[in-house]
Amino acid sequence: MSGSQEKLKPSSSELDLDRPNIEDYLPSGASIQEPHGKLRLSDVLDISPILTEAAGAIVDDSFTRCFKSNPPEPWNWNVYLFPLWCFGVVFRYLILFPARAIVLTIGWIIFLSCFIPVHFLLEGNDALRKKLERVLVELICSFFVASWTGVVKYHGPRPSMRPKQVFVANHTSMIDFIILEQMTAFAVIMQKHPGWVGLLQSTILESVGCIWFNRSEAKDREIVAKKLRDHSQGADNNPLLIFPEGTCVNNQYSVMFKKGAFELGCTVCPIAIKYNKIFVDAFWNSRKQSFTIHLLQLMTSWAVVCDVWYLEPQNLRPGETPIEFAERVRDIISVRAGLKKVPWDGYLKYSLPSPKHRERKQQSFAESVLRRLEEK
Amino acid sequence: MGNSSSMLTQYDIEEVQEHSQRLFSQQEIVSLYQRFCQLDRNAKGFISADEFLSVPEFAMNPLSQRLLKMVDGLNFKDFVAFLSAFTAKASVQQKIKLIFKVYDSDDNGKVSFNDILEVLRDLSGSFISDKQREQVLTQLLKEAGYSKDSYLTLEDFVKVLSILFMFIIIVFILLFSA
Repeated sequence: MSGSQEKLKPSSSELDLDRPNIEDYLPSGASIQEPHGKLRLSDVLDISPILTEAAGAIVDDSFTRCFKSNPPEPWNWNVYLFPLWCFGVVFRYLILFPARAIVLTIGWIIFLSCFIPVHFLLEGNDALRKKLERVLVELICSFFVASWTGVVKYHGPRPSMRPKQVFVANHTSMIDFIILEQMTAFAVIMQKHPGWVGLLQSTILESVGCIWFNRSEAKDREIVAKKLRDHSQGADNNPLLIFPEGTCVNNQYSVMFKKGAFELGCTVCPIAIKYNKIFVDAFWNSRKQSFTIHLLQLMTSWAVVCDVWYLEPQNLRPGETPIEFAERVRDIISVRAGLKKVPWDGYLKYSLPSPKHRERKQQSFAESVLRRLEEK
Repeated sequence: MGNSSSMLTQYDIEEVQEHSQRLFSQQEIVSLYQRFCQLDRNAKGFISADEFLSVPEFAMNPLSQRLLKMVDGLNFKDFVAFLSAFTAKASVQQKIKLIFKVYDSDDNGKVSFNDILEVLRDLSGSFISDKQREQVLTQLLKEAGYSKDSYLTLEDFVKVLSILFMFIIIVFILLFSA
């Protein structure tokens, strides 16, 4: 086991040294000086702090930064490096990519020729069938990882199959699931996707036990919470893997964890995943590319290098709310993977913030005005 | 290599710089262009209202709708010109002019009692009653030498606000001090 007990510090390329750490300077809500003294017309007319906050948000904001693709720095900028890079491109697209595609196809053939018979012939013998399907899913995931020349270093004890435990991890791309699945067959909770991914979800992943949700349906949350609870209580279900961020983040930041995974009454085992950007940026920017294009991009790059840390299982402490528990686990994962925490809900990618944030600002303004009205 | 600043030529940068009274350095304009391209998702050349609102910090701001009217559909040159009022180097006159424009929603050069009341409503929401807002504003106007029926012009704003300590834009200074 590698000596990965040292505290992980983000490397300088991740710290963006040519820009200061903006989180230290963003106003946290209230304006920087609390005005006092008797209320005058100028105080009411002066909206400059609020305007400045808005302009600051337009210029840069910590939420959009979480979803910015950060491709590796170009290095092909001079006369002898450029031909080398061109050679690299040719090699990657014309030699590596076909070779990988062949490996992947072979993998699929082996997988399907084993999976389909096992699935149908062993219909009565559930326990054996489950075991075999689990092994086969781990196999096809290994083939996938091989098809991008994935170099994955696992740290920490391998997860054990025990009831009443769930696994949580930070989320960068759907390949997170494949990388983790290669080691241990997890059951997963995922957004139902259209296209060939959806087909895979409803056939093969069904065999390891998966739960679907639909972000756009409001009532969905209670149904899903119940399914989660039922699954985690079952003794011979595969351990459940949850990505509490709810959306893909660019592996430099972590957004708020949803509390659903933390109120199941189970032990939570955190997993931290960190991709090394030196060869490829593994962040799946779902706004910019479909999953197919993302996979193709991975298959035409040199390698996908990442570290996976299985961290110490955590339990809800007495007197701790699920939200505090979620934050504590997010802290553990962010420190291990060198991620900066931002206080935003990942679902803001898909919807506007709730009016209560604006109302909070309005309330503090109103209170300040009314208070100063009383002062002489 | 895929970096959007390669699409801005030196001429473009200088033109934008001139248009915003040289309040931004060339480095800052390049950074602003990267940000502009990041917000303008399908490279239309302007940022639409919903793209502005996709920035949660902006959407939460009580004055976001008013500002949206001013920035919606601006091309990059005008976008930079708009933001130039927020730099530390901008004159107090320019900042007050921007504040005036936020109040003067019908753009007729005069700010009425109702205009100010509407902005106050955006700022305080349901936490002060309409009646109380009117009372407070009438009293403040009287103390400053105006009446409920007076129309404030830009000069009046300058007179009232120029004594004030202007909020220094720390974010901008540190953001661009490279």
